Amino acid sequence: MKKHKDILIARNLSMVHRHDDSLILRTAAIIILPLQLVFSVFLLLRGHDEPGGGFIGGLVAAGAFSLYLFTFGIRALNRLFWVSPKDILAIGLLLGLVATVPSLLSGQAFFTALWLEFYLAGTKVKLSTVLIFDIGVYLTVIGTLMTMFTAIANPRDYRS
Amino acid sequence: MFVFILIIVLLAACSPILVPWLASRQKVGLLALVPACLFVYALTTYLPAVADGQTFLKTTQWMPSLGLTLSFYIDGLSLLFVLLITGIGTFIVWYASDYMRNYPDLGRFFLWLFAFMAAMLGLVTADNLLLLFVFWELTSITSYMLIGFNHESEKARKLALQGLFVTVGGGLLLMTGVILLGSIAGTLQISEIVQQPLAAQGSLVNVMLILILMGAFTKSAQFPFHFWLPNAMAAPTPVSAFLHSATMVKAGIFLMARLHPALGEQILWSTLQLWAGGITMILGAVLAYTAIDIKKALAYSTVTALGTLTFLLGIGSQAAIVAFVGFLIAHSLYKASLFMLAGAIDHSAGSKDLSKLGGLKKTMPMTFALMIVAALSLAGLPPLFGFIAKELVFEAALAANSGLVLVAVTMASLSVAVAIILIIKPFLGSDALLPQKPHEASFPMLVGPAVLLSASLLFGLWPRLVDQGLIQATVQAVIPNAADFYLSIWHGFNAALGLSVLALILGIVLVRAWQPSRWLAEKQRLFSESVGPEAGYFKLMDFIVWLAIKQTRVIQNGRLSNYMTVIILAVVIPVGYTLLTQHGWPDLPKVAPPNIYEVMMVALLALSTLFAVITPARFASIISLGAMGYAVALIFVHFSAPDLGITQVLVETLTVLLLVLVLVKAPGFSSYASRGEVIRDAIVAILLGVLMTLLVLAALNVQWAPSISDYFIENSYELGKGRNIVNVILVDFRALDTLGEIFVLAIAALGVYSMIRLRKGSS
Repeated sequence: MKKHKDILIARNLSMVHRHDDSLILRTAAIIILPLQLVFSVFLLLRGHDEPGGGFIGGLVAAGAFSLYLFTFGIRALNRLFWVSPKDILAIGLLLGLVATVPSLLSGQAFFTALWLEFYLAGTKVKLSTVLIFDIGVYLTVIGTLMTMFTAIANPRDYRS
Repeated sequence: MFVFILIIVLLAACSPILVPWLASRQKVGLLALVPACLFVYALTTYLPAVADGQTFLKTTQWMPSLGLTLSFYIDGLSLLFVLLITGIGTFIVWYASDYMRNYPDLGRFFLWLFAFMAAMLGLVTADNLLLLFVFWELTSITSYMLIGFNHESEKARKLALQGLFVTVGGGLLLMTGVILLGSIAGTLQISEIVQQPLAAQGSLVNVMLILILMGAFTKSAQFPFHFWLPNAMAAPTPVSAFLHSATMVKAGIFLMARLHPALGEQILWSTLQLWAGGITMILGAVLAYTAIDIKKALAYSTVTALGTLTFLLGIGSQAAIVAFVGFLIAHSLYKASLFMLAGAIDHSAGSKDLSKLGGLKKTMPMTFALMIVAALSLAGLPPLFGFIAKELVFEAALAANSGLVLVAVTMASLSVAVAIILIIKPFLGSDALLPQKPHEASFPMLVGPAVLLSASLLFGLWPRLVDQGLIQATVQAVIPNAADFYLSIWHGFNAALGLSVLALILGIVLVRAWQPSRWLAEKQRLFSESVGPEAGYFKLMDFIVWLAIKQTRVIQNGRLSNYMTVIILAVVIPVGYTLLTQHGWPDLPKVAPPNIYEVMMVALLALSTLFAVITPARFASIISLGAMGYAVALIFVHFSAPDLGITQVLVETLTVLLLVLVLVKAPGFSSYASRGEVIRDAIVAILLGVLMTLLVLAALNVQWAPSISDYFIENSYELGKGRNIVNVILVDFRALDTLGEIFVLAIAALGVYSMIRLRKGSS
């Protein structure tokens, strides 16, 4: 009996067809998703000075999407992403490489960080190739995890 | 030159969007303007200066710590190749815009074509040996993508892989060779290495020479690696004309010529070149004569030409180097044309089979006329530049010794035979039964051969156009302090002319023997398929697959606990042995007594681990594993590593979610293991735990080198402009590692995706 219960819990957690499982979960997911995404961007941007960064930010964002996946199912998640997670992965890798181009063009050693600091409305803004690279890491982490999640939670597997 | 390469790379990157847009307006040919502009720029800006003996060197930093600089060097030799790549490239792009019109995925084709062009330009202008290697491998990879362009055909995929294995395998040898050369010569900059002949001798030098030659021989299809080149003809014809006759296959030749001033006096170097070149020349010529497929015949004739070039470098006298440069130019002009014309015949008549084609003279008169000119140049008849080139080859061989003359005459007479057959078989004779109704080739498909052959004719009639400028500068680059020389089409009645006449007569005899010798050709083909080097290649591939299957059956028996046992024991035994014999049993360090939080955290950790092991319920097991991870995160936070703590929490959460998703599909959670197996697994697990504990204890006592963390702590804000040291390390100090890691992540994700999804698709 115990085993059956396990399978039932698992089915419920990764349910794909039935969206009427839990009102609380659904309501919470809708509210939490945008908040958690904003928080992940916050972690990404502040990462250079405070705990955070692209890797952690990407994990938080992937967590947000997986909550959405568990609540509404794979089809809803695919609608939410208007590109395939594999494309997010590719864009992340591409940004990681793009971050190396400015130092190459300015004749400095590979991966030398270049900074652009200016004041915008009284706030000091620091833009850099490092930030581009970190965004690349952020997107790669999201892409990796969501590629895995969507591959495993394939709707075709739950037809029975 | 860097700008040249960047322009082409940019064009390649835009191709997937640009080409379909142009194709919908029937204007793909406009793409040819880009290489054309580069050609004109190189011709007008660099050529006059280089002809005056100037050279250009521009260096930009890339990875100074590895000695890898982005340095580009232009002298006669590299300029000659730049002109060939951009000049022939222009017409190839134009040609392809029409030839490839009905192919799907045109954007991808031009993407790889331009990517190849950029890599090739980089290869011939690179001044740093490592940079040269980078471009070298890029040409192999782009060539692979282009040979396998029809990726739905299994044959194309297989042959593309063959070309890749041979050239990349050679590339690895080359890499070892250039690193050795760099350490022997004390610099990686080619312009410095070629300043004087390499004085060093000895076995290390010999190993280096052999490794570099292996790289060059595989790339340039020298015996016994010649077999990949004809097989590369699975590529669309524009690719064959560009990569596999005019440019990429000459990369090995280029490298040998480039290093000639430094290595040319090494006996081993020139001997190997003479032998490999000589054998390749004759073998290629015989195989070209026996081939029936028109593209195969041309491919083998290219092998012959590459052999001739290697052979001339092996002779190494000034006459040989002048012949080398002349032959290089002549061959690039006529062979690219021949390929384009062969493609036009295939495109129009739908067949490449020399024994089936016939009577195309009436329907394709322009193609016929151009084919005659191109074939005359191949045969080495006046007044084309091919004639001058061939006379130069004869003179070089005559000046060396009589055995070499024999090789050269054999090569020349077989080339004459092939050239005449290329005219007679497709165009003359009675109308053949063809798969489709032939029509005259279109303008874009004929303009390339027309222009290139006009150049061949002009250079033949007025060699003055090239000999003082380009050829002189190129010869100077290969042998410094070369004496002045002049080329002319008429040398008077001399031995070289006599040999030309002899070759012509022998060639005509061979043409008459062509039809009767077909049975012999068939025999020869079967023979080389069963015992030739290509058979060796396939045997090797089969052996690798066989070995993989065998060892998979033995090692990968599908039980996770066995894998884990093997992996853990493979770590525990050697590491534990080394630790205990080299270091001894580590002492317990003196630590402050733990406070209550620490005790609680460890207790939580231990309890959740224990629970995960003993619980019979699957979910409880996973959740308690998660709890264990959280306890580890607590420890990180407690010892002020917030980044690690956050990461640990997030990774644990996501891992549990992934496990839950997988669980749905897993079969029931029953125990398959016997009591004995459980005990065995427990012992293995405990061994690893003990080993790790001992290692940590030992690491606390030992400090080999000063810790790098002080440097990071001091410089994090100074150099990295960040106060979060962990993140500064990740994205700045060790960004290259991170870049590697995100690529690993991506590959892992794609691996998971393909294992789960693609298996489903096939069932």
